[in-house]
Amino acid sequence: MKTSELGKIFADGEVIIRQGDAGEVMFEILDGQVEVLQEREREEVRLAILDKGDFFGEMAIFEREKRSATVRAHGQVRVLTVDKKILLRRISEDPSLALRILERMSHRIRKMDNELVRMRIEK
Amino acid sequence: MLNLEDNSRVAVIGAGPAGTFFSYFLYAMAERVGLDVQVDIFESRDFSKAGPPGCNMCGGIVSESLVQTLATEGINLPSTVIQRGIDSYVLHMDVGSVKIETPLQEKRIGAVHRGAGPRGNLETQWESFDGFLLKLAKDKGTNVVSGRVEEIRWENGRPTVKVRGGEPRLYDLLVVAVGVNTATLKLFQDLDIKYDPPGTTKTFICEYALGKEKIEDYLGSSMHTYLLKIPRLEFAAMIPKGEYATVCMLGKKIDKELVKSFLNSPEMKRCLPPDWDSQQEVCRCMPKINIKGSAHPFGDRLIFVGDCGISRLYKDGIGAAYKTAKAAATTAVFTGISEDALRQRFWPKCQKLERDNRIGKMIFSSVGLIQSFPFVRRAILRMVSKEQQNKERPQRMSTSLWDLFTGSAPYREVLMRMAHPFFLSRLFWNIMIELWPFRSRKQKRRSHEDQ
Repeated sequence: MKTSELGKIFADGEVIIRQGDAGEVMFEILDGQVEVLQEREREEVRLAILDKGDFFGEMAIFEREKRSATVRAHGQVRVLTVDKKILLRRISEDPSLALRILERMSHRIRKMDNELVRMRIEK
Repeated sequence: MLNLEDNSRVAVIGAGPAGTFFSYFLYAMAERVGLDVQVDIFESRDFSKAGPPGCNMCGGIVSESLVQTLATEGINLPSTVIQRGIDSYVLHMDVGSVKIETPLQEKRIGAVHRGAGPRGNLETQWESFDGFLLKLAKDKGTNVVSGRVEEIRWENGRPTVKVRGGEPRLYDLLVVAVGVNTATLKLFQDLDIKYDPPGTTKTFICEYALGKEKIEDYLGSSMHTYLLKIPRLEFAAMIPKGEYATVCMLGKKIDKELVKSFLNSPEMKRCLPPDWDSQQEVCRCMPKINIKGSAHPFGDRLIFVGDCGISRLYKDGIGAAYKTAKAAATTAVFTGISEDALRQRFWPKCQKLERDNRIGKMIFSSVGLIQSFPFVRRAILRMVSKEQQNKERPQRMSTSLWDLFTGSAPYREVLMRMAHPFFLSRLFWNIMIELWPFRSRKQKRRSHEDQ
């Protein structure tokens, strides 16, 4: 890692968050990619590949639920953690801070809707 | 009620973080609601130049909370702007030193140069922090007007701004985002507004060219903070950057003698190479900082953001600039630009910062007391060392000092943590150990050598 970089590096395949764990932080991807996987009946299903500028791990912060998926480095990745406490405090001071997160979540719902429709048509 | 409308013109004086954050967020909010505004930002400095012509005089730390908040906003500071990622703090006292690491061992704090580096800097590897933010604002649509503002007037209830050698331009809203070290603030003295400038104190900042290797070997990725028993010195820090180390001092009536005592202190010298010469700094300045916010930083069609309005006491001035600038932009777009609208929406955010500063003052006064009693300093050192050796333990002292020195949490939160019965009982216990009469000097020395 360069001395002039922020965040933390994860090597290819390294698990960043694990499904079922408690979540106290969300992550912003500063460089590289991650893959989001869900484990069902001992099988791994890839849900998405996320790129630089995207974030993950936000659901456990807002829902107080366990991590819904495992996220692994897809190639070397550099991420920055955003603490739940800092994030929620800042959102309570400035609710507009949540707009970008809402935008991304809404984008994901739209994508999932399209996927669902496609699957139903294929059936 | 005065509001921004389509084609409203906004003038921002000063392209430091407060001015650029305001412009950036004004465009971002206006875009969301479909409002078409035009922002002109006035700046006389050139951030691509090394030394005073491009520098806004500051220690150059982007706090942990600001790094995270900006990331949430989608603004990630590139490695060309971050001179060094900071992952730990080393607290130096006369009784010893101790390293406090970031949670998750991650580089969460950014050391930056506000301009293109110290006087004589020829490196082109890094970008200026202020220049980077200005580029973000320009990409949103901000128009940059180069030149020194020499006249501000009010014409039929609207502000006009005139730069040296130019014609006055009429605006719908004037946002003042200058620092406390500029003559521009004097332009507001003759205007019929209620603004009074902030209370200030002098600081000392200097830069040493140590070279990358020595920075790595001696300072690493840690910010070094000093709590020393030097009269009038409240706090000092040394920040490693690309090729340079920046030294910052806060205190009462900082003068040459105080600077000399600190630079020649053994605690400072032990952090630096043996051939380091305190006289060989490449750049130095004694800028003023805001320690008491303006009592009325707004009016009809007028807002003061950043240092010339309300800032944060001693720490995270850039974070405070972000907060006040964004509050001003949000108010201007969603509530209005009249004095009443600003009082209703913008002023409470400023007051919150000022209330927290009062708590900060109290905490820093108690830090002064710590400097007077060596057994308290030893107890603190002992407590932090034990916590850092065993990360499973509650990190009561480490997190309190971390938040205090990094400016990561509001002072209120730091105070609440320090006033917690578990924190106090732990501190009391450690003080008792240090004062225990049957503990020989040899034992005390051995215990501190272990730390």
